Amino acid sequence: MDRSDPAPSGEPDRPSVPEQRSGEDPYLRVNDLRVRFDTSDGVVRAVDGVSFSVQRGRTLGIVGESGSGKSVTSLAVLGLHEEKRTTITGEISVGGRQLVGLPEEEVRRLRGRDMAMIFQDPLSALHPYFTVGRQIAEAYRVHHPKAGKRAARQRAVDMLGRVGIPQPARRFDQYPHEFSGGMRQRAMIAMALVNDPDLLIADEPTTALDVTVQAQILDLLADLQAEFHSAIIMITHDLGVVSQIADEVLVMYGGRAVEHGSVEQVLRRPQHPYTWGLLSSVPSLHGDADADLVPIAGNPPSLINLPSGCAFHPRCRYADRNGDRSRTEVPQLRPAGGPGHLVACHLSADDRTRLYAEDIAHVGVAR
Amino acid sequence: MSARNAAQRSPAVANEGQAGMSASSAAPAVAGEPLLRVRGLSKHFPVRDGLRGGGLVRAVDGLDFDVRPGETLGLVGESGCGKTTTGRMLVRLLEPTAGTIEFAGRDITHAGRRELRPLRQDLQIIFQDPYASLNPRHTVGRIVAMPLQVNGINPPGGVKARVRELLELVGLNPEHYNRYPHEFSGGQRQRIGIARALALRPKLIVADEPVSALDVSIQAQVVNLLRDLQRDLGLAFVFIAHDLAVVRHFCQRVAVMYLGRIVEIGDRVDIYERPQHPYTRALLSAIPDVTKLGPAGRIRLTGDVPTPLNPPSGCRFRTRCWKAQDICATEEPALVPRDGGRQATACHFPESGPVGAGPDAHAVATGPGARGVGTGPGATAAGVEEVSK
Repeated sequence: MDRSDPAPSGEPDRPSVPEQRSGEDPYLRVNDLRVRFDTSDGVVRAVDGVSFSVQRGRTLGIVGESGSGKSVTSLAVLGLHEEKRTTITGEISVGGRQLVGLPEEEVRRLRGRDMAMIFQDPLSALHPYFTVGRQIAEAYRVHHPKAGKRAARQRAVDMLGRVGIPQPARRFDQYPHEFSGGMRQRAMIAMALVNDPDLLIADEPTTALDVTVQAQILDLLADLQAEFHSAIIMITHDLGVVSQIADEVLVMYGGRAVEHGSVEQVLRRPQHPYTWGLLSSVPSLHGDADADLVPIAGNPPSLINLPSGCAFHPRCRYADRNGDRSRTEVPQLRPAGGPGHLVACHLSADDRTRLYAEDIAHVGVAR
Repeated sequence: MSARNAAQRSPAVANEGQAGMSASSAAPAVAGEPLLRVRGLSKHFPVRDGLRGGGLVRAVDGLDFDVRPGETLGLVGESGCGKTTTGRMLVRLLEPTAGTIEFAGRDITHAGRRELRPLRQDLQIIFQDPYASLNPRHTVGRIVAMPLQVNGINPPGGVKARVRELLELVGLNPEHYNRYPHEFSGGQRQRIGIARALALRPKLIVADEPVSALDVSIQAQVVNLLRDLQRDLGLAFVFIAHDLAVVRHFCQRVAVMYLGRIVEIGDRVDIYERPQHPYTRALLSAIPDVTKLGPAGRIRLTGDVPTPLNPPSGCRFRTRCWKAQDICATEEPALVPRDGGRQATACHFPESGPVGAGPDAHAVATGPGARGVGTGPGATAAGVEEVSK
């Protein structure tokens, strides 16, 4: 094999996001979203006043631990809730249409066509009893009632090929269990994209996959986004994944947004102690392997009984710096650092800069 | 801590010459006898297939490695590479098909229950899933005390005192002795599992993905705990994980597995800074790196790991390797030490230098590629895509 061409040198660029597009109206706009579940144990405030927007062709990474509300946010956008027990308030506007309060029938028409979801576990998201191809073709026909069986099959085969599944025509007739984990996730991406959705929500799409396969799937998503110009929300706990694929990052904790900004801002100049904790607790492939990680003390909070004031204060090393404020007053998202960078923290800007440099900047992947 | 640390490691350092060497002929007649010596270890599972008759899944196929007292060995690889099967064989939860396991000089490969009992005290396991590995109907005190009771050990001061001591050691409140597992979070449950493994003061702990089920902020707590215990108690570990960054923080030596075989083994710094096997390099470069924003140049492997039911002839990695030649299909490369014996690599065409700087840089992609959209050169026969923007 000819490998004589010179190795590409230098740092590859960020996925090019044309600047002129930044003036475009966001495709998805979420404003003061609140999602509450009534349970026998009490009211779960899963999402508590979260706002964000995503433009077409851009990727928003939503980061948080289990119970931070990141998945519930995405389910709310898609209208996938048990209606009886769930109270949703706020605004969700998709392509200019207001979703909160829209009749289920109309949301269903949008779901799968204008917005689609990729789930974490393709084995449970795909029906084991039907062939993979049939499920993709069905997803197409639901929104294209005039399309014949043959056309739907052709479309499904095309999509399987598009997401990099070899021999798509043969694979069409196979069942999910005959696919490997990576192939199943590709099939699910094919199903999500079969109607050319403008908004794609991917909930931990690579968490169950091996790293080499994860790299393939992340590349695939970036390629497909370049091709279809869709808005993507990537929900993940993995800051590495976010650093690879996101343009913007929203960090959630206890159902609230604690930090929001461009990927450079949040990962390079993080402002919130929780973001610091995430960065300093992740082991790195570089630097001093013998240095201890700096974990976040304690455990994520219960959404039924959120700590008063700043929900992070029981785990925060710096909670005492502002007297009782962290315990009594919920910090609001306020501008911090560069343009568009928001943080919900009572620490002063000077404190944040100094503490980050002193305590955090040299450990874990924060380095 | 560092003094103790150094004292503990010094014998291992003195033996570095043998550390990376695990060819079966190597019989290190040096002072630091390995605690665990594994030779030719294999596990084949028969499978029945209605149409094609039967077959053998060669989950683990001829492993050689040593673990010295107080040493931490990481077993890494993707799912299906046999790392968990290996761990289970080491603690004899699975019966090896072939090969030998020697622990502290004794052959335990086929030791019976009675012979194993004293051995269990020295050899413990921590499981991946802190929810499935604790009996929900037993209190924490009972769970942690179980190894003591089963082995008829009555520690000075009584079982209860010892259990409290253990709970404290792993950072749990000894007052929680009477609580049940469901009252604890995932990270705390994993600590309970660790306390149970420590109850008999083992010499070697096999830890199978001990932190991968935990939230990131909790992972760091447990990793730090394991590191402290390892240093303070001088424990040897076989640490099984798919997360190479975690392994780098915990293990002095690392063995990389692919399809049931070790393809590379060496000291941490060798494996991470100067990996020689193409698979190791691909694996390392596939890890998303927070310190680099955007899809950084990386080696893209295409396809999936082949089935262990019918592994490729010769080198098992050749179907996904960009350096594969004819010899790779016909001759299986032996795990041979290079660089004066510190690092052993099973490859006909090993790489050199840091990742991305060697010849494999040719296979490194340079950005958001155009896979499947028509502009890239597409998959090459060797299975690696070269994608250029």
